[in-house]
Amino acid sequence: MEKGAEVKPPISDTTIAGWLKKNLFSTKLNSFLTIITLYYLWKTIPPFVKWAFLDSAWFTPPQMCRNIDGACWSVITKNIRFILFGFFPYDQQWRPLVAMLVLFGLLYYSKERHRWNRRLIYYWGVGLTIMAILMKGGIFGLTSVESTKWSGLPLTLLLSVFGLTAAYPLGVILALGRQSKMPAVKVLSIVYIELIRGVPLISLLFMGSIIFPLFLPEGITISKILRAQVAIILFTAAYIAEVVRGGLQAIPKGQYEAAASLGLNYYQTMRLVVLPQALKIVIPPTVSVLISAFKDTSLVVIIALYDVLKTTQTVLSDPHWMGFSREAYIFLAILYFLGCFSMSQTSRKLERELNIER
Amino acid sequence: MAYSHDKNIIVEIIDLHKWFGSFHVLKGINLHVHRGERIVICGPSGSGKSTLIRCINRLEEHQKGKIIVDGIELTNNVKNIEKIRSEVGMVFQHFNLFPHLTVLENLTLGPIWVRKMPKKEAEEIAMHFLEKVHIVDQAHKYPGQLSGGQQQRVAIARSLCMSPKIMLFDEPTSALDPEMIKEVLDVMIELAQEGMTMIVVTHEMGFAKKVAHRVMFMDGGVIVESNPPEEFFSNPRHERTKLFLSQILH
Ligand SMILES: Nc1ncnc2c1ncn2[C@@H]1O[C@H](COP(=O)(O)OP(=O)(O)OP(=O)(O)O)[C@@H](O)[C@H]1O
Ligand SMILES: [Mg+2]
Repeated sequence: MEKGAEVKPPISDTTIAGWLKKNLFSTKLNSFLTIITLYYLWKTIPPFVKWAFLDSAWFTPPQMCRNIDGACWSVITKNIRFILFGFFPYDQQWRPLVAMLVLFGLLYYSKERHRWNRRLIYYWGVGLTIMAILMKGGIFGLTSVESTKWSGLPLTLLLSVFGLTAAYPLGVILALGRQSKMPAVKVLSIVYIELIRGVPLISLLFMGSIIFPLFLPEGITISKILRAQVAIILFTAAYIAEVVRGGLQAIPKGQYEAAASLGLNYYQTMRLVVLPQALKIVIPPTVSVLISAFKDTSLVVIIALYDVLKTTQTVLSDPHWMGFSREAYIFLAILYFLGCFSMSQTSRKLERELNIER
Repeated sequence: MAYSHDKNIIVEIIDLHKWFGSFHVLKGINLHVHRGERIVICGPSGSGKSTLIRCINRLEEHQKGKIIVDGIELTNNVKNIEKIRSEVGMVFQHFNLFPHLTVLENLTLGPIWVRKMPKKEAEEIAMHFLEKVHIVDQAHKYPGQLSGGQQQRVAIARSLCMSPKIMLFDEPTSALDPEMIKEVLDVMIELAQEGMTMIVVTHEMGFAKKVAHRVMFMDGGVIVESNPPEEFFSNPRHERTKLFLSQILH
């Protein structure tokens, strides 16, 4: 700072001018960058708003969309039931809708850490049963629906929610296995982790859908969804395992020794002392793995499962709606963003709550 | 090798050898500790003091010789090891409290999970021992919020909650600032006065003079000299002991 500057009172942060000067125009370079950015925003935002809102069509038939300059959101609104529920029988689509609402309710309820107790497990048990009945039917007067008809958003949610919740504990077990003193367990874990990490998810999905059935005895079929589900679980678990291993390595030897000197056995030491600390350390990378696994569920399109991405694409291949892919993909992006964002928000909240300990 | 079945002996160590790789750390240790006895072990860095007491609760595995704790020989039998560990308290140089648990939870962990005690009872015992180490008011804080001296006292209380038959201390004050050493030593002296069996690795010679029945000097993996404190300090026999004492007593 120059000498003379010291006598002037500093421009206060609280005035708008002060804030602008401090944050946007503090140096020549910053001023320049600010102006460039403003120019760019001015060039892009207004046209986008015009396209997305002012000139757009929301609930029109496809022909009308051809005559406007703006976005044709009708591609979403007019096809929303197919995009969300795919081939689920049209008159029965309230069932996946209710199932999803139950799932969202459970997820929302589970956000609070003080509710993580036995009762929560019970709620999930009940909730999952209700969802299964709604989706499958066949009892309580609900018509039976083949799992081949499950598609759209419920399929995406099914694959990801179960994929992630099953992959996490499996990953933790694999990480512990990799650190095990028992050579067989250790080698098996390492081989598993390295093999799975060495192949892309797509090839696992192909293996599950094409190669795996060849090994089954005749007459036995396992639903394609289940095979994809297992592939996703196995794949994600390997990545979780490596993340968790990082956390395990960060726990000082003294913690194991203190636990041992109290007489705690291996499982107690892991469960009560080591894992609570290790898993907490690795919340951020774990959530990264989970988020990318969530997005990777969209790869099931390649084995012809109709997740929400595929149902949307199917709409776009309808000649009436061809050419409105921008709108459709923006909608999908928002959908996926909401999922990912709420995951990262929840994990940040969890981290904050756990951090009061230090 | 026969070992005595004297009920008054809590720890019996016979011709103990330990190697780290090819490095011979303990070279034939013989030691009997009676119930109620208090032993202070001193010696230069690297002489094997920590290794010796860590063998007693099997934090280190020995390769030759015998260790018998409270009538049970330490072998690879995991159940025996867990049993012995639950009877032997250990206090570490760096406290090793569990940072994710409150002070109270640190104290009740062992009683609840190892002793299968009801939570309420475990908490009562924990509060009793917190009182004993003079930090009841910190029960609901996390270890990271306490000073080093307080943490070490919590660590002592944590061991006491298991009602150990013997307590091992590995340089309990050497990671502490001088003003906190006294508060920890005071707790240890009170413990000694109540008749706790203790093996303490420390260079606090004032403590040794006050409470020890025997002071041992270790060097190069052997116990060079072992005598009651009066004898040990006023009339050390071996040159190495004399040299060591002159160094730490100035
Ligand atoms: N896990 C280990 N692996 C290899 N060597 C070790 C290990 N632990 C200790 N040692 C070595 O064994 C010797 C004795 O170590 P020990 O910790 O018992 O010494 P000490 O008498 O307690 O010393 P200090 O006063 O520094 O604590 C040292 O030379 C040390 O380097
Ligand atoms: Mg040591």
